[in-house]
Amino acid sequence: MASNSSGGGSSDRQRIARQRLSRIAGHLQRPADGSSAIVAAECKAHGSQADVPGEEKTVPRRRQEIMKWNGWGYSDSRFFFNKKGQAEFTGRRYRLSGLIIPGLKDWFESTFGASLQHKTPATPILNSSAVQPPTLNEAFVEELKSTGIPLSHDAEDRVFRAHGHCLHEIFALREGKFGRVPDMVVWPNCHNDVVKIVELACKHNVCLIPYGGGTSVSSALECPPEETRSIVSLDTSQMNRILWIDEKNLTAHVEAGIVGQDLERLLNESGYCTGHEPDSMEFSSLGGWVATRASGMKKNVYGNIEDLVVHVKMVTPQGVIEKSCQGPRMSTGPDVHHFIMGSEGTLGVVTEVTMKIRPMPEYQKYGSVVFPNFEQGVACLREVARQRCAPASIRLMDNEQFKFGHALKPQVSSIFTSFLDGLKKFYITKFKGFDPNRLCVATLLFEGDREKVLQHEKQVYDIAAKFGGLAAGEDNGQRGYMLTFVIAYLRDLGMDYYVIGESFETSVPWDRVLDICRNVKARIIRECKDKGVQFSPLSTCRVTQTYDAGACVYFYFAFNYRGLSDPVHVYEQVEHAAREEILANGGSLSHHHGVGKLRKEWMRDTISKVGMGMLKSVKDYVDPNNIFGNRNLL
Amino acid sequence: MASEAVYTHRDPMLKKRDDFEDILEERRNSSDLRYALRCYIPVLYKELTPCKASELKSMVLQSDQLRYVINQVCKETGMAADEVQAEAAAILEEMAHRLQLSTIRFFAFTLSKVFKTLFRSICVNEEGIQRLQQAIHEHPVVLLPSHRSYMDFLLMSYILYTYDLALPVIAAGMDFMAMKFVGEMLRMSGAFFIRRSFGGDKLYWAVFSEYVKTMLKNGFAPVEFFLEGTRSRTCKSLTPKLGLLNIVMDPFLKGEVFDVSLVPVSISYERILEEALYARELLGVPKPKESTSGLFKARKVLSEDYGSIHVYFGQPVSVRSLAQNRVDRCQFNLIPRHIPRKPGEDIHSFVNDSAYRLVRAQEENMVLKPWVLLASLLLQNHHQMQVAEQKQEMALDELTEQAVWLRDLSRQYGAFLHWPDHVSPSEAVSSSLSLHRGLVRISEGRVQLAFEQAGGQTRPGEPCSTVTPEEELLNQAVIILSCASYRNQALHIFLRPALLASAIHTASSSNKQEVYNSFSFLRNMFSNEFILCPGATVQDFEEACYLLVKTGALQINQQEFVVTERGHRTLGFLTRMLDPFLQGYQVVCRFLCEDATEGLTEKQFVPAVRKFIIRHILTGRLRYTEVLSSDLQKNSLAALLRLGAVQKLKGGEEQGTLKVNKVMVNSLEDTLGGKLPTQKAVVARL
Repeated sequence: MASNSSGGGSSDRQRIARQRLSRIAGHLQRPADGSSAIVAAECKAHGSQADVPGEEKTVPRRRQEIMKWNGWGYSDSRFFFNKKGQAEFTGRRYRLSGLIIPGLKDWFESTFGASLQHKTPATPILNSSAVQPPTLNEAFVEELKSTGIPLSHDAEDRVFRAHGHCLHEIFALREGKFGRVPDMVVWPNCHNDVVKIVELACKHNVCLIPYGGGTSVSSALECPPEETRSIVSLDTSQMNRILWIDEKNLTAHVEAGIVGQDLERLLNESGYCTGHEPDSMEFSSLGGWVATRASGMKKNVYGNIEDLVVHVKMVTPQGVIEKSCQGPRMSTGPDVHHFIMGSEGTLGVVTEVTMKIRPMPEYQKYGSVVFPNFEQGVACLREVARQRCAPASIRLMDNEQFKFGHALKPQVSSIFTSFLDGLKKFYITKFKGFDPNRLCVATLLFEGDREKVLQHEKQVYDIAAKFGGLAAGEDNGQRGYMLTFVIAYLRDLGMDYYVIGESFETSVPWDRVLDICRNVKARIIRECKDKGVQFSPLSTCRVTQTYDAGACVYFYFAFNYRGLSDPVHVYEQVEHAAREEILANGGSLSHHHGVGKLRKEWMRDTISKVGMGMLKSVKDYVDPNNIFGNRNLL
Repeated sequence: MASEAVYTHRDPMLKKRDDFEDILEERRNSSDLRYALRCYIPVLYKELTPCKASELKSMVLQSDQLRYVINQVCKETGMAADEVQAEAAAILEEMAHRLQLSTIRFFAFTLSKVFKTLFRSICVNEEGIQRLQQAIHEHPVVLLPSHRSYMDFLLMSYILYTYDLALPVIAAGMDFMAMKFVGEMLRMSGAFFIRRSFGGDKLYWAVFSEYVKTMLKNGFAPVEFFLEGTRSRTCKSLTPKLGLLNIVMDPFLKGEVFDVSLVPVSISYERILEEALYARELLGVPKPKESTSGLFKARKVLSEDYGSIHVYFGQPVSVRSLAQNRVDRCQFNLIPRHIPRKPGEDIHSFVNDSAYRLVRAQEENMVLKPWVLLASLLLQNHHQMQVAEQKQEMALDELTEQAVWLRDLSRQYGAFLHWPDHVSPSEAVSSSLSLHRGLVRISEGRVQLAFEQAGGQTRPGEPCSTVTPEEELLNQAVIILSCASYRNQALHIFLRPALLASAIHTASSSNKQEVYNSFSFLRNMFSNEFILCPGATVQDFEEACYLLVKTGALQINQQEFVVTERGHRTLGFLTRMLDPFLQGYQVVCRFLCEDATEGLTEKQFVPAVRKFIIRHILTGRLRYTEVLSSDLQKNSLAALLRLGAVQKLKGGEEQGTLKVNKVMVNSLEDTLGGKLPTQKAVVARL
């Protein structure tokens, strides 16, 4: 879906090679633009303090220019119900943009018992006077100013960096409530800027909270309310250059503030990609991936972040940590990269990363398979994993999510398409006898050279057939992946109508997958009932990644909160219970979202007392004064 | 929270219970055949994947768990895998039910006929049925009926059929299978058969547990078994057996199902079909092997009035809520779930506690008939007169007066008493007495237990002259034990206050702490005899105090217990209730100290102690005939074994030999008799 978000728009991957050539040509013709294209490693940021919005720079310093302050994503892109009661998606960035989605209203109303009559609009304007005035460490500010690194204590800038996208964070923003926010924001332009900032922070005992793309869903960006020092948000978004590409070793050296879509786009221009595509890749940053142990949709081909990283540079209060070479694997004691990956901003700021890159795939193909029920679907995924023939991405949605995906079908233009759809439905439900309330669908994405993709596709479909799976077309597959990118926008729509929800994830051994899915979904439903939720919740899951020894499972949970006095509290109780259920069913605390502050309480049980001691002692050595004081993880 | 799900500890008085409906009434007014053939569409488990009984078997045989054990057995014995596999299949074949609707219909027809002749009514709480229906739809269900009669499980299936509920599969003892025809009939009505003991047989256990779990997990049918393990011959609830409960809780603990509902069912018979049979069995006439002809004979003999049956379907208990904050389910995360593991200490105590709570729930919902109170009074009167060496009878109006007093008392204690309120007390009493003609005799307004007088009313065909004193004693004992079995039905109502009353009686002072020590000692001593939840001593003590204080029998002034004026009657009644047991345990202790030979084995214990007791009764040193009950004798031995006063040797030639610690047994006896204060030392050692 990188193509969607980067404005490519075309799903026709067959022409990808041609497209690539034209892009490269375009790149060659374009006049050299120092601030955004591939440049040498020198730090020349200070000259561009005026923040010229470069054509390809997605994230400006003032995020509010293009992004919502109290919701997901771009200001120009949002769902709404038009006067006819039909759902529409605004803007022109996505495939769905400008389209009408006729099925969404019915699905929305019947799933949640919600009504378009009952609205809960958000506070429209960020009221700066409601933000508490900054506590500044004057000496620090003075010295920092002398370095020329851009900074701000504007209320809007600070509010933007005080939150991630947890439900309670967004809910509070919509109500115009602000808790503790950073007192100041700084925008380093390069590694050396960061070194200076960290040095000054240590000198003046200022609390630093690194900020990348702001897509955290673990309360990792929340300012600890007990923090009395001045809190400085260190926004890496301006450190967004690819410093070099090494085609011999297939690596790229990149500044850690670059967001996923820029990284892919810029690499694509040279004919390469990282293949790392977390669902948040439009906004999340390379440094954030490293700091949270991120996972990408296409990890089956490219690997997760820990497989992709060759070299990391991190600035800590004790100095810079990095390895001395770029050997592909080392036996030099415990891998220090693993202190950095998943450190969640508690040890320092990741500034530069050398990453593996791959030539762009020649051919890409979506696909989907319908299974009579979820059990069969899981059995198929397990077999695919056993044979180690998983496509770049393979995901299995349960029945509820299948229906959800269906409700997001845009209006079809021709009678012929709707006729075909009807025929398909008839074939599957009547002819093949699939129960529409049990069937589920797997979405697939194949990548590689054309011949191999087709071969691979056949292999996977053959396995699927053994489990009663029927190929259900590319379109269904592609829509499945689109869902991931618009789901966060949909949450904002729900919140306009008394519906709140969120997703959370886990990883679990294969033999537990079915049990955990059933039990967690049932637990959510029971807890909602017990907590007085008046309407039955949406409680759904999908298997999003396969591994040799298990899978990653994603849960979506949302409910209509009319009649509840403290919906967020109820929501949090239910999510808490769901997490307990996950752990009791052999699931992990997190597969890729991280721990942050939201899941801290389970860390000791998760990694044992000794494990906690190990992590603590690293923190104590690296950051004895808790300069990186976001209090995540431990 | 979890405890309240099963029973309320604090205030048994405030119990709201459902109303009953007589299901025989409709049977008396409409065609049994049409009833047997009617359309039967039960509500099923919502996640049920329908499968046949035969598919069930192959699922079991192909399960990971069984395959693992088969592999293990192969390695250990060197047998070939297919041999072991075949053995497993054979075990399953022997065990499995073949539930089919046609057999149920057959039973629906014949049982309608039988029930109508035997019973006046079969009353079922309909709200319980509705709750059950809901439970069956939501989660796998385990039915846990009390077990007082062979009738129980046929009756259960009959009721479930009547209410269009899913028919259960029932764990039955292998001895039923010996009854050729009936065994197969039962199998086709949903019974599956398990061997009574298979201690070390890994393969058997694996097949058995996997079979039960498979049925439960798939929601194939509600699984029914008897927590008490066997029919209670004394009508006291038996201490629960944990094997099957362990098995049915396992799928929840391992996350294979979201929840399991446990439904305690209380079946109370106004008159038990096996009444005299049980008494004889307890007295040492060996239990006749179950045989088809025996059952028919029994049925012929029993073609008389057995009053009514009350069946109360209790509140379903969620295993999930029981386990909340008790069991850390993460403990199963690190070993593949199909590898059998002995349950850890925490699981064991969790299952044990749950089992006790469930049996208590059964007890609390048992419907008591007036006769139960009358039997208690008549027995007490019998022994009091015996001591006073007066004629062991009672004036009818005195009995009525006492019964009304006891009725009110038991209601205050929270008894589920079914006393007919629309008739006068004397009518209620006399109609109760007439139903139990075999046990009591009324002449000239006086009531006495119906002992056969030597040379008097012997049965025709029996030689009337050559009755030895011992035989006469045993004949009397049959009547007494039968009566006792009815009194026992009310024991759970009075047990805690009775323990307190006895504790006050035996304690060296009326100081609360002293009494508590004494209470705790007695409670511990009797925990094989009665249903006393492990670890609930303080709760039980407080409940007893609460009840006695609230009913005005007791006052607590500055840590001192004071029995009130009117409290003497209550406390007298309560101590007399427990007295036979106290005496019984003492006699067993005395036997072990005085009379037990060196090398006495567990097997020889009951006959030997019986002889000793008969001697004591005949010489007038012991007045309670009911001490002859082998149940009491076995329970007291179990208590002594548990307390370490007696040891059972294991292995070698001395297998099962009892080694008696005479000093300890002696001191226990003295403490029971109130001769020794309940010293801290004794308490500590227990």
